[in-house]
Amino acid sequence: MNIFEDANRKQIAGRRRMDFILHILFVIATSIGVIALCALIIDILVDGVARLNPDLFNNFPSRKADGSGMKSAIVGSIYMLLIMAPISFIFGVGAAIYLEEYAGKNRLTRLIQLNISTLAGVPSIVYGILGLAIFVRLFALERSLIAGALTMTLLVLPIIIVSAQEAIRAVPRSRRDASFALGATKWQTVSRSVLPSSMPGILTGVILAMSRAIGETAPLVMIGALTYVAFLPSSLKDSFTVIPIQVYNWLSKSKAEFHELAASGIIVLLVLLLLMNLSAILLRNKYQKKGL
Amino acid sequence: MPGGPGLQSTQPSAQPKSSLQQKYVFKNSKVSIMNKVMPILLLLCACVSILTTIGIVFTLVTETYNFFKTIPVFDFLFGTKWSPLIPPKSFGILPLLSGTLLITVIACLVAVPIGLASAIYLSEYAPTKVRKIIKPILEVLAGVPTIVYGYFALGVITPVIQWLFPSAGIFNALSAGIVVGIMIIPMVSSLSEDAMSAVPRSLRDGAYALGATRFEVALKIVVPAALSGIVSSAVLAFSRAIGETMIVTLAAGSTPNMTLNPLNSIQTMTAYIVQVSLGDTPHGSIEYGSIFAVGMTLFVLTFLLNILAQYIARRFREEY
Repeated sequence: MNIFEDANRKQIAGRRRMDFILHILFVIATSIGVIALCALIIDILVDGVARLNPDLFNNFPSRKADGSGMKSAIVGSIYMLLIMAPISFIFGVGAAIYLEEYAGKNRLTRLIQLNISTLAGVPSIVYGILGLAIFVRLFALERSLIAGALTMTLLVLPIIIVSAQEAIRAVPRSRRDASFALGATKWQTVSRSVLPSSMPGILTGVILAMSRAIGETAPLVMIGALTYVAFLPSSLKDSFTVIPIQVYNWLSKSKAEFHELAASGIIVLLVLLLLMNLSAILLRNKYQKKGL
Repeated sequence: MPGGPGLQSTQPSAQPKSSLQQKYVFKNSKVSIMNKVMPILLLLCACVSILTTIGIVFTLVTETYNFFKTIPVFDFLFGTKWSPLIPPKSFGILPLLSGTLLITVIACLVAVPIGLASAIYLSEYAPTKVRKIIKPILEVLAGVPTIVYGYFALGVITPVIQWLFPSAGIFNALSAGIVVGIMIIPMVSSLSEDAMSAVPRSLRDGAYALGATRFEVALKIVVPAALSGIVSSAVLAFSRAIGETMIVTLAAGSTPNMTLNPLNSIQTMTAYIVQVSLGDTPHGSIEYGSIFAVGMTLFVLTFLLNILAQYIARRFREEY
């Protein structure tokens, strides 16, 4: 240490202090995100737990807050999921297989790829405008369950395609070569070797995309998912509502009781999302353990 | 998958099974059909995304064109009064644009410093254990539905702001802006962190060997080297904030207002679109057309910003 002069030592101490102060600042900045999440969850739990009773699940929304429920919204969300999941799975995974396994390096491929990344950045409300003009008006589907599901399918497709592409790309070259060496054709290789081994990754992506769609409000408001629905949709052409829209409806009322209802609706929504994300994580872990 | 397992069952039972050779020849003819048909079907799936873009551009352009037949383009772009529902009707988009920008600037003032500091902490300071806890929490924050953030803005942030500034209304731009900012923190931090972790270890080691402290390495080596990624993440966050809908609809109010005072109630482009579609506007009316004109503006703005972000990330990337 004696090779340092006093001035040098002072300077080093200053730089160390600076390092320490900035370290603290960075920790504080990082914890703001964590604190915000905690505050959000606590706020919702405090407001909403009182109204979490069977009424919420068994009753339809009504003018009075007491005894008002969101049965139609919960069923609507689940129907929506059931319609959307297979359609977006087929088109999303199909597009991903094409891009990863079949597409040549030409202008069409580049165009599709660029197009997908552009679509991922389009605000969700623009998809709502698209749904309103194409599905509701042009195809005359009116403000129906199927119009909503198709709009949401277009919204989540880019997400599904990108994650499915990643999953397919992660399948090692050697697996395909082994299949070809056994005399399998291109499609046999893709459908029986590549797809099964990338399926956990694909499903994880699909589930995450579905959980995005379940929480999405703006596009469905656009295509006119009714905010007051006191019946369960019985066909694809029926009008419907979903959990986030019911929550929005309650939030836009001025009485405090409706805000409590909205909070308990949010709890239901968050639990649903938690379950979906949990299943995605479990899938991912299983997949990682297998090591492909 | 379609076609995969069904191949064997399509084999007629009349076919003699004595010869292996024959069996495979027969099967292969079915297989070759799959090989010809599937690529075309899959290409059609991929084309759905192109059709989506064409659909978006086509509907926006045609309806906006119809709208501009009644309202001159100049009045729309440079008019300073937006009053589409109450006569005298006036369609000048500047109040909506200024409202949107006010929210977006507040959001970026919140999200960029906090997101960047989190990214530096996670990439340069945090021990692996802390990283493993913090990163999933930020991912959860990114997955929270926007309607929940809207509730948070109304229930927590607005009361705090009203307590700090008694002149603030129930609906104000500040509350919505702060919450939009919180929403995009995870985006800034994860994209910036990706850029920082792409900076090679050797650059850091070089600086440490010269006696640099950790903050000197972070601020003078890592951040400049990852600058293109960081700037592009900020631009993407900006574009995301412009398109955000439910938070601003719930917390910022619905008064188109050309103001820079964040305590006032304003209306953003997205909130206007929601407001009109909630009411029962007849198809073909001027209000209906205005949705598309505003939507077009929104689409063009976010599209340009996304292109800009990609350009920055590519053009100014430091290669090592």
